[in-house]
Amino acid sequence: MIRIDCPWCGMRDEAEFTYRGDATVTRPGANAPEEAFHDFVYARKNPRGWHVEWWYHSSGCRQYLKVVRHTMTHEVRTVARATETPEVPSE
Amino acid sequence: MSQPFRLPAGGHVDRAQNLAFTFDGKPFTGHPGDTLASALLANGVRLVGRSFKLHRPRGIFSAGPEEPNALAEMRDGARREPNTRMTQIELHDGLVAASQNRWPSLRWDLLSLNSLIAPVLSAGFYYKTFMWPAGFWEKVYEPLIRRSAGLGRASGQNDPDFYETMQAHCDVLIIGAGPAGLAAARVAGASGQRVMLCEQDSILGASLLGQDEAWRTATLAALAAMPNVTLLPRTNVFGAYDANVVGALERVTDHMLASPAHTPRQRYWTIRAGKIIHATGAHERFIAFPDNDRPGVMLAGSAAAYVRRFGVKAGRRAMLFANNDAAFEDFFTLQDAGIGIAGIVDPRTDSAGAEAARARGITVWADSQVIGTAGTLALQGARVARRGSSGTDTLVAADLLCVSGGINPAVQLASQSRTPVEWNERLQSWVPGTPILPQFAAGSVNAVTGIAAAAADGARAGAAATGGDAAISLPTGAVADATVLPFWEVSVKGKSFVDIQDDVTADDIRLAAREGYKHIEHAKRYTTHTMGTDQGKSGGLIGAAVLAAARGERVQDIGMPTFRPFTQPVTWGAIAGPNIGKHFEPTRLTALHDWHVRRGAEFMDTGAWVRPGLYPAPADSDAWDTVLREARAVRRSVGICDVSTLGKIDVQGKDAAVFLDRLYTNTFSTLPIGRARYGLMLREDGIIFDDGTTSRLAEDHFFVTTTTANAGPVMQHMEFYLQTVWPDLDVTLASVTDQWAAMSIAGPNARATIQKVVEGLDLSNEAFPFMAVGDATVKGCPVRVFRISFSGEMAYEIATPAGFAETVWQAVIDAGEAFRIEPYGLEALGLLRIEKGHVAGSELNGTTTASDLGLGKMIKKRGDFVGRALASRPGLTDPGRPHLVGIRSVSRGEQIRAGSHLVETGTTLSLGWITGVTRAVELDGWIGLALLEGGEARKGTRMTATSPLHGESVEVEILSPHFVDPENARVRV
Ligand SMILES: [Zn+2]
Repeated sequence: MIRIDCPWCGMRDEAEFTYRGDATVTRPGANAPEEAFHDFVYARKNPRGWHVEWWYHSSGCRQYLKVVRHTMTHEVRTVARATETPEVPSE
Repeated sequence: MSQPFRLPAGGHVDRAQNLAFTFDGKPFTGHPGDTLASALLANGVRLVGRSFKLHRPRGIFSAGPEEPNALAEMRDGARREPNTRMTQIELHDGLVAASQNRWPSLRWDLLSLNSLIAPVLSAGFYYKTFMWPAGFWEKVYEPLIRRSAGLGRASGQNDPDFYETMQAHCDVLIIGAGPAGLAAARVAGASGQRVMLCEQDSILGASLLGQDEAWRTATLAALAAMPNVTLLPRTNVFGAYDANVVGALERVTDHMLASPAHTPRQRYWTIRAGKIIHATGAHERFIAFPDNDRPGVMLAGSAAAYVRRFGVKAGRRAMLFANNDAAFEDFFTLQDAGIGIAGIVDPRTDSAGAEAARARGITVWADSQVIGTAGTLALQGARVARRGSSGTDTLVAADLLCVSGGINPAVQLASQSRTPVEWNERLQSWVPGTPILPQFAAGSVNAVTGIAAAAADGARAGAAATGGDAAISLPTGAVADATVLPFWEVSVKGKSFVDIQDDVTADDIRLAAREGYKHIEHAKRYTTHTMGTDQGKSGGLIGAAVLAAARGERVQDIGMPTFRPFTQPVTWGAIAGPNIGKHFEPTRLTALHDWHVRRGAEFMDTGAWVRPGLYPAPADSDAWDTVLREARAVRRSVGICDVSTLGKIDVQGKDAAVFLDRLYTNTFSTLPIGRARYGLMLREDGIIFDDGTTSRLAEDHFFVTTTTANAGPVMQHMEFYLQTVWPDLDVTLASVTDQWAAMSIAGPNARATIQKVVEGLDLSNEAFPFMAVGDATVKGCPVRVFRISFSGEMAYEIATPAGFAETVWQAVIDAGEAFRIEPYGLEALGLLRIEKGHVAGSELNGTTTASDLGLGKMIKKRGDFVGRALASRPGLTDPGRPHLVGIRSVSRGEQIRAGSHLVETGTTLSLGWITGVTRAVELDGWIGLALLEGGEARKGTRMTATSPLHGESVEVEILSPHFVDPENARVRV
């Protein structure tokens, strides 16, 4: 069970959160072409290593958090607020 | 003497007290401190079960959780539990246990004929033999396998016990209370940090039991005096998960006949540890040789444990087959206890152990091996031969054959923590490498063997974890070298088991390799090696070594199968904990629930909500009578329905209108204050997500409703876009579903009804037209009135703070008395919406687009919104896609079934399916809604609705989905 240090609530179990996917993709602007939206919805990198993900504190403060997680070890390095840009380790 | 194999003294048993128990109906006695296994051995019981596949006779093989053979059905009646390990069952007075897997009796097992057809039951036999012909599977093979290959039987009744769920945090968790674990706890506890010590056994000490009892007692006393240390005996850590979170099962009352009142049978612990010290010890492994499963063959350390801990002789005349000196030391314990000694068979040519044995007058056959055993239901002797010689062998008489092939450090939990395992040359086994998480390993799991050395290693780990002082007194005890000669299998013809529980032989492993299942994970699944309840704790590595040899590789190069939870079986009751029956998930009741109960409603579960399905009246002869009566009241006069379950979201803020414009396909910024509008919400991929009405209560204040099912998901969706995509918008969201009760009053007399009770609001059609919204009061209770309709009739929805719900509802009922108002439930609601052609969950099913459902004109042409870009993709706009239509049976009385396929009459190609059906009140007979390819163009034609499942075909007309008032005039009068 992953533990996530919510910036609003403190250290909590994974069970309190809902995974919401890749936080490295950004919704295209209003006039962006269909292809940009296609990539936003469907194209994912599936990296082996550090990854920035949305975790929603659904049984807590109901805030979406940016979690820097290692996809092999599940280590959580950083938990940031939605509007922040967390540092991602190179290795 | 009732216990002929009980020693006169020694061990942790209380000889002054007798405990009566039965095994297979026969009465026996034992003592407090016994396990079922030790008590049976004390009584001379050797045969305790039949094997899983071949029904071979089996005896007690070990003294702990690694036990492959001695599995019992514990207790009877509702508390009967299969596959419990006799080596872990604490004896109690009145205990009832039965052997498993034998029919009709343990001694005369007819299915042991399986042994004679054993060549058929080789590796992969389930895959090869029972796959063809297919029809035979259900009728012949499965019942046969169920009778012959099943393990124990579950009770088939509700579990009468209850289970607790525990949550815990600590700085240091120590797993295992042998010399290493106790020393680690002593050091860590002295540091003042919060320490938890879990031990699967009922008493703490492990290998210390019957050895340095003074040190053990002093250490336990010191730990008991530390308020920061929690000792959890009878608690097995069954799984290690991410971030040093572990799961553990505490057996609270399994050592009693039944749980005392208010006491849980077991506790399921979730422990979050800062640091973990693995002091999990090691499991002794055996050696593969022909008929190594005979009752009387036992792990050497276990035979010693029966002497030291239980004061029990596992046999009268013992011999040893071992490749390491540590096992010799265990064997000497048997000699010291007065057990007759037949000799030692050692594959090594020379050893310190052999010298010590000879000094004790014990015969040692060096450079030799056991090539078979004699006896049927019990061991009578072992055949000994020199290694590599094809010459004569000697039959040595013995009723106990102790075996040791070395030890397997218990790396399961460390490995589950993603600590890589490393090969230890000295032990010929895996040990934990460098951990990723803040963890440590100490004692024999860390390849540090011998009591004093293991304790010193534990003290070191305790100090490393806490910064404490490792200098503590150390126990004394076994010191012999655990170094082994690599020796896995005696290579002679015969049934040499590598997995005794699953009846997997060395030949099975080789067969798997020959047939291409060479990867260790493949060989495991093909042969079922290590897949039993013991998970191959003592035999897993032997099978791996045989596989490695078959591949021409070294065992350390082929790896081990992934270790997964659970290290020991966990009962479902403990996993479920208190979350059973009605507590499995929360039940949501509306504020009007009690009224519905008093009215005699029949309820339906919709998600977590419990809603009235219908309100039967005494005169109704069946459910359809009720539903049609309720729906007719709405079409002809007036009805009232509890719609409190609809999701409600309060949206406020300067940018609330802009926010809703971006989330919905239609525009809300143009909505006047005091008006409602139907809205459609897409997912980003262009598929419909949800629908509902949204009202504008003020310039910066909207009240959004969602479908009942999507109340939560829509809220999350809104929060996601607000927090992550448009955080610059000034908007605040609040879910108010439970705060507002809501009721729909529908029918031609709806206005006349509520006009009698609604105060402070002009409800005339001119002042309060269709889609108007306003505040008012009913009997002094504040209400919001919405003129919206789901049924297609003139209708009002009245929402009121939940505490006023029944007052308002009853006031409306009283006002409607003159019009014979009827409360209507979910069934009538469904009937009315199908007649009107309103979509619901079975059409908003996650695959449909706005144009599929005839809602294409709700997509605005200008401005961005979620789903805009991808909704216009060709695949989603293809006119051939299934389209919403109405259907009606041509022969009016003929029933149509939801889920039926629509085919052109005389063909079988499905062109669509029926999403909902009902008997109608507005017109005769059965109608429904369907999604039909090219549905628009097919209107006016006839097709066949077919349900192969029911063998039914019905001719139907394809129509507009709006059976009632397609011009939508009624809602506006
Ligand atoms: Zn939080």
